[in-house]
Amino acid sequence: MLNRRKMLSHSAQVATLLAGVGLLPRGAQAAYNAPAFEIKTMAELAKSLGGGTPTESKDVALTGPDIAENGAVVPIGVSTTLPGVKKLLLLVEKNPSVLSAMFDVTDAVDANFSTRVKMGQSSNVYAVALMADGKVLFAQKEVKVTLGGCGG
Amino acid sequence: MADPMRIRAQVAGDKATVRVLMSHEMETGLRKDAAGKAIPAWYIQEVSAKLNGKSVLTAEWGASVSKNPFLQFSVRGAKLGDKVAVTWKDNKGDTRTDEATVS
Amino acid sequence: MKPFSWIVTALALAVSVGAPAQQKSAADGIAEYRRMLEDGNPAELFEAKGEDLWKTARGPKKATLQRCDLGLGPGVVKGAWVQMPRWFADTQRVQDLESRLLTCMETLQGFDAAEIAKTGFDKGEQATLAALAAWISAESRGQKLALPQAHAEEKRFFELGKRAFFFRGGPMDFSCASCHGEAGKRIRLQDLPDLTKNPGDGIGFAAWPAYRVSSGEMWSMQRRLNDCYRQQRFPYPGFASDVTIALGVYMGVNAQGAKSIAPALKR
Repeated sequence: MLNRRKMLSHSAQVATLLAGVGLLPRGAQAAYNAPAFEIKTMAELAKSLGGGTPTESKDVALTGPDIAENGAVVPIGVSTTLPGVKKLLLLVEKNPSVLSAMFDVTDAVDANFSTRVKMGQSSNVYAVALMADGKVLFAQKEVKVTLGGCGG
Repeated sequence: MADPMRIRAQVAGDKATVRVLMSHEMETGLRKDAAGKAIPAWYIQEVSAKLNGKSVLTAEWGASVSKNPFLQFSVRGAKLGDKVAVTWKDNKGDTRTDEATVS
Repeated sequence: MKPFSWIVTALALAVSVGAPAQQKSAADGIAEYRRMLEDGNPAELFEAKGEDLWKTARGPKKATLQRCDLGLGPGVVKGAWVQMPRWFADTQRVQDLESRLLTCMETLQGFDAAEIAKTGFDKGEQATLAALAAWISAESRGQKLALPQAHAEEKRFFELGKRAFFFRGGPMDFSCASCHGEAGKRIRLQDLPDLTKNPGDGIGFAAWPAYRVSSGEMWSMQRRLNDCYRQQRFPYPGFASDVTIALGVYMGVNAQGAKSIAPALKR
């Protein structure tokens, strides 16, 4: 369904987002990664690519509504059935801080997490899987928001 | 002392589906009050869970997670009667731990 | 958001979904969104708080609310919500839940009811009321609305509520009926139930108190009415005033037999 041009564009966007938050595969786990969550604009995120090229993958799943009645509470699920996942990330492209949540995947839990996020406006939402072998795989979905969820 | 979480842990085969509702403002720091002053950021940054005392989940959240956050995850190897404890810690250093029994 | 851009959005949604999926209307999309949120209603956090507050000794008299009579006898909570508002012999008044809780908080616990009525929603003891309303309504979840209309005062309040419902006023000449007086009306993406009749299970009066996701707040019926009046640009008649109680009687009696889903989840 997606043509090659669109897929490359998506890959580039995700790579940009991940490069921006400094999340492409790196070393030992640090304490709370505050800088990652403070990045405010897409412009700031546009940094050079690092790590593997993010590729759209059918093996990563993002569940969520097509349209949210209110952007304050948008239910999103991120998952993958692939073995060897280190982290699952939830990104909202047009939010002031693009990174919403980051889950460490261990043998003790399924790589399947659901939460609810605030979306300021209609936007692409990404589920990103950081694999142990350095690969970065993602799924994306557009969620339309009828009333922004950040303004109160 | 923050309000307690609501935790439900239901057995599903050899796993337990854990659903958590946390009581937290999750203030982004971007909103302004009536006087035009920014309302300080106040949000959960770290979430963790244990099964019978052993760590099974760690996660980092940003302020864009919704107010009164909901979390669902699936713990492997859980049985009836096992204890699931969930902990959150926010940017002010406040923390809360609540426990539920897998049923 | 611009006035009709949502129409464009809805149309875009309807035409953009590819084969072999069915065409999904905006209404279907919203229904799916609401279904996704059903499991894990933050109202549960308030229910837990409300139950705790009912059973905790508080106020100048350091007493619990466990002797409070909500219409079915002192301390009987299960089933009480769906029979309110109703007439109470001890106060010789028709009272809704919030009004009755004020009575109990004053007589049993020594709080100042007038002070609480003046307090802003979600502040101080108003937060207590919201939590109590969440729990007390939860104790009648799934039961059918069955407001009594046997007492003369209950009947009088129904008529008063009807008059208030159709009373037009304020700078926009709105009444409750402007939005809720007939079937098939909508504001943006929210369907407006016809409150002059039974709008169905879990709709209208049967859907409050509710957790409102847009503000992350627990809204009791009094708060819902307060916001209606604000939207009408009409002065709020006052917390737990006779007019607001009467409106509850009117809506509740019209919805007789509808199943309560309170505390619900709303936009």
